[in-house]
This record gives sequence, C-alpha cells and structure tokens, in this order.
Amino acid sequence: MAELAISVSDLTKKYGERTAVSHATFSVLQGTVCGFVGPNGSGKTTTMRMLLGLITPTAGTGKILGEPISHPERYLHRVGAMIEGPAFYPALSGNENLRLLATLGGFETNQVQSLLERVGLGDRGGSKYKTYSLGMKQRLGIAAALLPSPQLLVLDEPTNGLDPAGIQEIRELIRSLADEGTTVFISSHLLSEIEMISDSLVMLRKGEVIFAGMTQDLLLQQQPTLLAKSENPDDLPRLIEIAASAGHTGSIIDQTAHILGPREWAPVLNKLAFDSGIVLSQLAPILPSLEETFFEMTGDNE
Amino acid sequence: MIRVFFSEWRKLRRPTLFIGTMIAVSGVTALVTSLLFLLIDSVRGNAREGTVISRATLELAQGLSLGFSSSAGLLGLVALCIFASQTAQEYTYGTLRNLLVRQPKRLTLLVGKFLSMASFAFATVVVSLVVSVSLAFALSGKAKVATAAWTTTEARNGLLHTFINVLVSVLVYGTIGMILGLLLRSPITAISIGVAWLLVVENIISATVKHSAKWMPGQLSQTVASGGDFNSTYSHALLVLGGYLFLGVVVVSILFRRRDVSN
Repeated sequence: MAELAISVSDLTKKYGERTAVSHATFSVLQGTVCGFVGPNGSGKTTTMRMLLGLITPTAGTGKILGEPISHPERYLHRVGAMIEGPAFYPALSGNENLRLLATLGGFETNQVQSLLERVGLGDRGGSKYKTYSLGMKQRLGIAAALLPSPQLLVLDEPTNGLDPAGIQEIRELIRSLADEGTTVFISSHLLSEIEMISDSLVMLRKGEVIFAGMTQDLLLQQQPTLLAKSENPDDLPRLIEIAASAGHTGSIIDQTAHILGPREWAPVLNKLAFDSGIVLSQLAPILPSLEETFFEMTGDNE
Repeated sequence: MIRVFFSEWRKLRRPTLFIGTMIAVSGVTALVTSLLFLLIDSVRGNAREGTVISRATLELAQGLSLGFSSSAGLLGLVALCIFASQTAQEYTYGTLRNLLVRQPKRLTLLVGKFLSMASFAFATVVVSLVVSVSLAFALSGKAKVATAAWTTTEARNGLLHTFINVLVSVLVYGTIGMILGLLLRSPITAISIGVAWLLVVENIISATVKHSAKWMPGQLSQTVASGGDFNSTYSHALLVLGGYLFLGVVVVSILFRRRDVSN
C-alpha cells in the first residue's frame, strides 16, 4: 500500500458556535499533487493551518508524513508551507528574509541564491521586500517554502498575483517537484490550473469534505454532455426534441445543442438525427470541466 | 534556541534599527550626563524631578556612575519600544506563522526571541555606559568636579554594580514591552500604552496617592537602576518587580502557547 503524506480523520474546528471545519476526513498519497478546492470561507485555510500546527483542532486526528498533527515539531522540518499569502519583513531584502528562515529552521543558508533563481528572483534577491510586486512576493513565499527541500509542500493560493507566464512557471515548478517525489497539497481559485496539475482532489463546502479522491474519478462521475451542431441551425430545436423523446434532456447554447448523455449514445443520436433528415456537422462527447463540476457540487458561482 | 537567537539577530542587526538605536541611546545618555555636570550650580536642579546632585556627591567614587544610572529610565523606554515592536510586528506582518512553521516549539521561540532582544539591550547599556563615563571625565574640568575618586577600585566596583542594576532595569522595561506586544499584538498600541503608563499614568498616581510609587513598575525599575532610592529599598523593588514579571510572563507564555495563529 502506498504511503500517505496526509491523512486526517474527523478533523473539526469550531469557533464558539460557528463550525469552520466539520469532520473532515481525507488522505493524500505521497509523491502526488492534491488540489484543495472550495468556495471562500469553506475552511481550506483553517484546515491547512491545522495541518501545520498553527491552529489546534477542536476534534479529530491527523497524521502528516506518519507523525500526529498534535506534534508538529516531529514533521515540520520536512514540510514547506505558504499559507494565506507571503508574509515577510518589509525592511529586509528577499535574500535576508530567506536566510532568516533558513537559520531558524536549521537549513543551509548557501542554498538561498539558488532558490531565488529557481523562482525567478535571482537578480532581485538584494532588493528590500517592500519594493517587490505582488507576483515577486508570491515567488519569494514559494522559495521560502522550498527551504527545507520538503517532502510535503503546502501551498495556499500560490498563483495569486502572478501573470499568465508566472502561473505557467509555477505550474511547471510544482509538476517538477512532484516528479522528484515531493507531495504537493495546493489550494487555488484557478480551477483550470488545479485540473491541469493535480492527481487528486479534496473539495470542501461549508467546512465539510464533499469529495476526496482522484481528479479523474470526480470528472467521470459527472454526467457527460454531447455537443451537436447541424448543417442547418434551424434543425437544432428538432434535434433537442428527438433527444428528449429518447430520455436525454438538452438545451441550445450558441447554436450548439448540449445534450446530456454518455459517449456511447452519440452514434444512436447521430442515426436518429439522420433518420429525421438532420445532417450533423459536429458531434462530440465532452466531460464537464473541474470548474463546472465545482459549481455544480458546491452550488457556488464565485 | 540558538537558531532562534541568531535568526532574530538578522532583524536586529539591520543598520537603521541597530545604528539608529545606538545613536538614540548615545544621545539620551549624553543629554542626561551633560545636564548633570553643566547644571551643577543651577538652583532648579540638575537631575530627575529637579533633584540637585551636588559637586561633593559627584566627586565621590559613586559619582562616576550617576549620569549613567540617571539615564536608565530613558534607556528602559527605548528597550520597551524595541521589545514591544519586535514582538508585536510578527502579528501585524503575519510573519509569526512562518516562524512557527520553522520552529513549532512555541516557548523555545519565545525564549529565543527574548534572549536575542536581551543581548541587544545589553549592547545599548554598554554604549550608554561608555558614553556616560567618557562625558563625565570630559565635562569634569568645566564643572570643576575633582575626579581623583573615580579611578579607584571602589569607583570601578560601583560602576560594575550600577551597570548590573541598569541592565536589570532595562530588561524589566523590555520584558514589559514584550508582554504588551504579545497581549496587544500591535506595535503601535503596545508602545503607546506602555509609554503612556510609564511616563504619564504612573507619575500622576505617584504624585497623588501617597506611597503608591513603591508599587509602580516604572518607578520601581528606576529604583533598581539607582540601587535603591527615596521611593523604595532595592530589595523591595526587586521583589515586587519579580512578582509582576513572573505573573506577566506566565500569562503571556500560556497565551502564546495555546492561542491559535489565524492571522
């Protein structure tokens, strides 16, 4: 059986009457990238803070790299983290901020320059943190998280403030870290990014885990859609009626019929359309994207 | 612990903070010591609260230390500001979460931080001592103060005792600053309340309520710095301050250890 980097069971955090995280149970395999998604206020950051020993759970248990979360000192030297955005001393340079954390953690300070170069800050390490742009601050946060050469990397919204090129660089960095055996537990609002890089997913809604498993399994659970275009757009309403008579609902969006149905039913639809004198110019089965699945499961349109 | 100590020094050694503080400390000490000598014949006094320290007193072996010990209150305020800001800024910058991820043993982090700031305070007291003693010798001629007793073993011992007393006093102020920083989690609030209490509230209470000065932490710190004064005996001051600090340190240690870090 593969080893687990993270495993939590019934993890709960209450603030008075308000429950921020409720009985969260999930696990993350070592060496994989796990996306952590949920609407704002769903408990993602609170969960991450509990994993890092910053917040004490009200109930539940958990293990990180085989050690209980009640003893963070046993595993945090193997964990890199950036929670709720980067936080550094404005009057110190990026280089000096990293050296400070390296000294504190007992890590080699001579790796600082190479880490700065790895995140694209090689020539700005000497500049004061307060002069950095949001994207540069984010990169410095990621560099700080890499200081311990972590076995587990916990990243909360690491692509905030990055331009498209920066997002792609971070995506490649995360993928290369995973290829080297680092487990990455990452939250992001960019669901297309999460879909691209994550092997597994944990989805939260109102503090509760509503899905935990492989990304592909989640997408396969969703009702696939057949996209159909006809040579004559006026035939589309009739095509929707034909599908409905066969038990498949659909709608017309942008001169394309969206009909709920499995991939295997596409040839049947094609034949029914042909028999009715409708010539299809395009017929393609598609799975909903993670974003669509997210909205459907969380009922959130942020 | 040692890693916390050295990592904290990466912040403390920042030129604007380190050199700026040392310049401030030198200036404060120079001002207090200069006034002691230059206003020696003034009827309005040459020391704290209009007190007159006479030429005869300054010419004693202990006279060499008087400028230095008189600076203790202001040195203490500098320490309070440094300790409070260095502690509370971890909350306002959000850097505490980084520190706790790299050093999850919270009390180790707290003690390491205190020791690094205490060593910083030690440096300020050394600078103050050097400035005060140098100025005392430099101004003794102009003030017509004989310095024969200042070069004796008694004077050196007195200087050592005063150094220890001033250091203890400064560390008391610093610890109060750190406690306020941890409780209030905002540098501005912690410093404002600390300075307002020590400079304003304590003085008003001491002036209006009889014998209250012997229970006021700021007044007692000055008593310790001067080795005992009209407010209180040295041992009483140490005992009461020790009690206050013990209580404060226990409370903030429990809070720091148990409080969720959610900012």
